[in-house]
Amino acid sequence: MSPERKATIMSEEQIKNLEKQFEERIARDEKIEPKDWMPEKYRKTHIRQMSQHAHSEIVGMLPEGNWITRAPSLRRKVALLAKVQDEAGHGLYLYSATETLGISRDEMYEQLHTGKAKYSSIFNYPTITWADMGAIGWLVDGAAIINQVPLCNTSYGPYARAMIRVCKEESFHQRQGFEIMLKLSNGTPEQKEMAQDALNRWWWPALMMLGPTDAESVHTEQSMKWKLKRKSNDDLRQQFIDQTVPQADILGLTIPDPDLKWNEERGSYDFGEINWDEFWQVVKGHGPCNKERMKARVGAWERGEWVRDAAMAYAEKSQERKKKQVI
Amino acid sequence: MKQNLYNYILGIADNSLILGQRMGELCGHGPSLETDIACTNISLDLFGQVRSYFQYASKLAGDGRTEDDIAMLRQEREYVNVLLVEQPNTDFAYTIARHFLFDVYHLLFLTELEKSKDLTLSAIAKKCIKEVRYHERFTSDWMKRLGDGTAESKAKIQEAINDLWTYTDELFHQTKADKAMVAEGIGVDVTKLKDAYYEKVNEVLTEATLETPESKYFQKGGKKGIHTEHMGYLLAELQYMQRAYPNMEW
Repeated sequence: MSPERKATIMSEEQIKNLEKQFEERIARDEKIEPKDWMPEKYRKTHIRQMSQHAHSEIVGMLPEGNWITRAPSLRRKVALLAKVQDEAGHGLYLYSATETLGISRDEMYEQLHTGKAKYSSIFNYPTITWADMGAIGWLVDGAAIINQVPLCNTSYGPYARAMIRVCKEESFHQRQGFEIMLKLSNGTPEQKEMAQDALNRWWWPALMMLGPTDAESVHTEQSMKWKLKRKSNDDLRQQFIDQTVPQADILGLTIPDPDLKWNEERGSYDFGEINWDEFWQVVKGHGPCNKERMKARVGAWERGEWVRDAAMAYAEKSQERKKKQVI
Repeated sequence: MKQNLYNYILGIADNSLILGQRMGELCGHGPSLETDIACTNISLDLFGQVRSYFQYASKLAGDGRTEDDIAMLRQEREYVNVLLVEQPNTDFAYTIARHFLFDVYHLLFLTELEKSKDLTLSAIAKKCIKEVRYHERFTSDWMKRLGDGTAESKAKIQEAINDLWTYTDELFHQTKADKAMVAEGIGVDVTKLKDAYYEKVNEVLTEATLETPESKYFQKGGKKGIHTEHMGYLLAELQYMQRAYPNMEW
């Protein structure tokens, strides 16, 4: 056997050994940090999920940003601004955490803008009334929290730490959304109708946010092992429904599902069939606002190019000046 | 009711209201995530200021008018902001130039307002100064980046400054309410801020390697409720919900 060949075998063994140690660390609930050795697949999977999460925050600013100039009161306007600003902050936080895996923010943007990277499909639905701000906070952020709370204990350190902060703010957003709905529900008949209409439009897309059924979910098994996922999509969905139905009762609103009923035996709600054709249609880029959302993001990026170039040029000049001063 | 004080507060608050509305338009559309966050944050600061002023004005009015009624249910001719702040976000250069030209004034103004005999106004000014100091730093830094950045950015920011220059003089015009409040030691004599204003603006423009416009032709009217054609559209959005669903709580 040639020495080169021997070296390769050695390194394969080494890698196996490293992989074994790596899996053991995760099993012991130890955090994996950026400089630690990690399998390439782990790195890639995390880049995919974390950047998708960051993109969702950034694209998610658009449907809510749509109502900032039209918020019905100063108090609501300030709260909405603060909320959308939080989302931008989450995006920034998550992009930075993803960068620790060896990808730049520009590369991630490129993936978003070319459609290579996905973002949460929910943001491809339009926000057509003020009540949609309530429904998004209540339902969309509600579903997001269910998805995200388990991630506070995920194996990759920077992601887990980012999620602790993100979840705190998301839970505030969810309460804020519910409070908008509560006010509408206790308001005039027109306001209550607006709230019901928003619930009708957002309920099913919110259920879809928890992902395809377990039978169709391609990433679940590996993600469970790495603690990127702690519960299956179907379990999370059931948790969301069981938690949300009583909240709708408090609001005096009707969940738009005729098959929804309490199952004493299971201790959970049974619910109707989700329209998965619609889900896949939106995921594949043909939802009501996919094109608008991408146009808005790409447009902002392209319109901002000269601004970013100027900032870079100015920074370089400033550094040159500093160098000269030192000399 | 203290009509002059009420009108005086509107004169201050409307600037923050309309500029806040303009900055709010940009949310999610900024040239970078960091600037997006900053612009949203500045908008948030301005609306926070507006709430303080209008809650005070509402108390003075004492006739059940709320902060939202005052902010969202006046006719266009009753808004008394300066023309500068209602100018559109033509591009990032216009956004920064407009804000910079207002910030320099705003900081000088609040520094004086803090000395007001009216304790509420003085307290509001004290709180706002901290925010506006940051706004001024943010926009001044961007003036320098754009002015001394690339040839393209320099041309764009110079054009924006040249175009918006015509709205700067109005900042130093006095209304009837202004004069009455100055006489009572409550209001700020804005005519006295003019030299310091142009000096500071000139200083930043020079550092940004930009030219200070020499034009002496200025536009005015905002303080008397005579606005530019942009204002109606801005108000259409600002007032949309209050007009479409009157007398409701949100």
